[in-house]
Amino acid sequence: MVCDECGKRPANVHLTKIINGVKTESHLCEQCAREKGELDFFSEPKFSFPSLLAGLLQHDPGFAEPMTLPGSVTSRCRSCGLDFSEFRNTGFLGCPDCYDEFRPRLEPLLRRIHGSVRHTGKVPGRTGAAAGKRREIENLRAELARLVAKEQYEEAAKVRDRIRALEKDLAGES
Amino acid sequence: MSLGDIIDRTSSAWMRADAPSADVVLSSRVRLARNIAGIPFPHQASEADLAKVADQVQRAIRTAKGLADLAVIRLSETPALDRQILVEKHLISPQHAQGAKHRLVAIRPDETISVMVNEEDHLRIQALLPGLQLEDALKLASQVDDMFESRLDYAFDEKLGYITACPTNVGTGLRASVMVHLPALATTGQVGRVLAAVSNVGIAVRGLYGEGSEATGNVFQLSNQVTLGRSESELVDNLVGVTKQVIDQERSVRERLVRERKDQLEDKVNRAYGLLSHARLITSQEALGLLSDVRLGVEAGLLPGVDAKTLNELMVITQPAYLQRIMGKELGPHERDVRRAALIREKIRARKEGR
Repeated sequence: MVCDECGKRPANVHLTKIINGVKTESHLCEQCAREKGELDFFSEPKFSFPSLLAGLLQHDPGFAEPMTLPGSVTSRCRSCGLDFSEFRNTGFLGCPDCYDEFRPRLEPLLRRIHGSVRHTGKVPGRTGAAAGKRREIENLRAELARLVAKEQYEEAAKVRDRIRALEKDLAGES
Repeated sequence: MSLGDIIDRTSSAWMRADAPSADVVLSSRVRLARNIAGIPFPHQASEADLAKVADQVQRAIRTAKGLADLAVIRLSETPALDRQILVEKHLISPQHAQGAKHRLVAIRPDETISVMVNEEDHLRIQALLPGLQLEDALKLASQVDDMFESRLDYAFDEKLGYITACPTNVGTGLRASVMVHLPALATTGQVGRVLAAVSNVGIAVRGLYGEGSEATGNVFQLSNQVTLGRSESELVDNLVGVTKQVIDQERSVRERLVRERKDQLEDKVNRAYGLLSHARLITSQEALGLLSDVRLGVEAGLLPGVDAKTLNELMVITQPAYLQRIMGKELGPHERDVRRAALIREKIRARKEGR
């Protein structure tokens, strides 16, 4: 028996597929079977999460066109240069900062995938503590600016000292 | 501990047959996806970025407490056949086995921990244990995660949690999975119903070998679908709960088969055993199917003298790359079928003689 595909080499891969109750048989040589991916029994299915996700994004009218959202939303990540359209095609973001850059567009998607946009699990000991301190510093800086604008210098000085203490902590840890 | 040692050892810790619920659950796995802050994800990273990740991870392995026993393997310097064996042993993904530059895997000598570096994410920490031991696998993976975190600055967002290349993994970065062997449910045509029910409660199902819903060897993988909004232990508890129900269903059908259709069952498992004991040519697909039948016979107490650990081992060593490694050379498909049949006969006979 010769291979169904190339018609030259002998068929030594015999496939019986039953898809939705319809049975098909094919007889291939090893080379053609490999090229057709029929010998890839042990690899991950081609139908992967990212390709599924990319499909979801492409078929979603809200994502198919660049959305105009309140405030200016960049379409290119300032850290790694990934364009949001690339994410639509591949399902992969470019770098950790992409999540900040594209957050307004990602949150509806995350909600649809996971049913939530709030992590409630593990927090990394060191990185998490530092992240917490950095966030507190940001908040205090905003407060400091507010106090200075209101000319409440005494309060402002206290806030400034707290910022310095936190910055010292952070420097000591790294 | 070298790559050669890991590859030459045919039995891994996950193949032990005395683990909890090992009559149905072959193994439990927990994988944590982690990335380093400020560095693009591997698919977007420059070669210098990838090298930076590989360096930082290797430094962490050398200096962090508890990681020094990991054997680091550079996949770009590893022969294709050996990489394929790591896939067949479930230590790396097929994607990772392509062996691009700066891709590493770090493996603990007992193979319970493997860490893929520069796969889809910078780090993928995997704990693999025999039987149903998901809570222990989570504990183990989480400990190793902490050890790395003591040296690496993870990308972590206070609201979204651990940041990953694909948004389907963000949050906990956790994928917990079990490999389950469901021959009785499959034989009686009930596996579709059970697995459809399972997928309604946030659990993804796929056939481990073979394509789509056709699972050669009746081995299925159950895993959590979502990673964000629930804690690691909630995700694991949910999977454990569902797995226990699947175990109960499989066991009750096995009992019913033994009670009501013992002759047919004995015939089936003994035919499979006969084929494995005497066949001269056997493909890996046929072997997986027959090993599944024999395993059912062993678990049902109908085949004394064969043990489940040997069957687990055979599931791995009869696959193409492993077989070629054992034979010490590359083999064509026909020759592989000859050698596979011989290897199975030898292993099965060794058992029968009570060695």
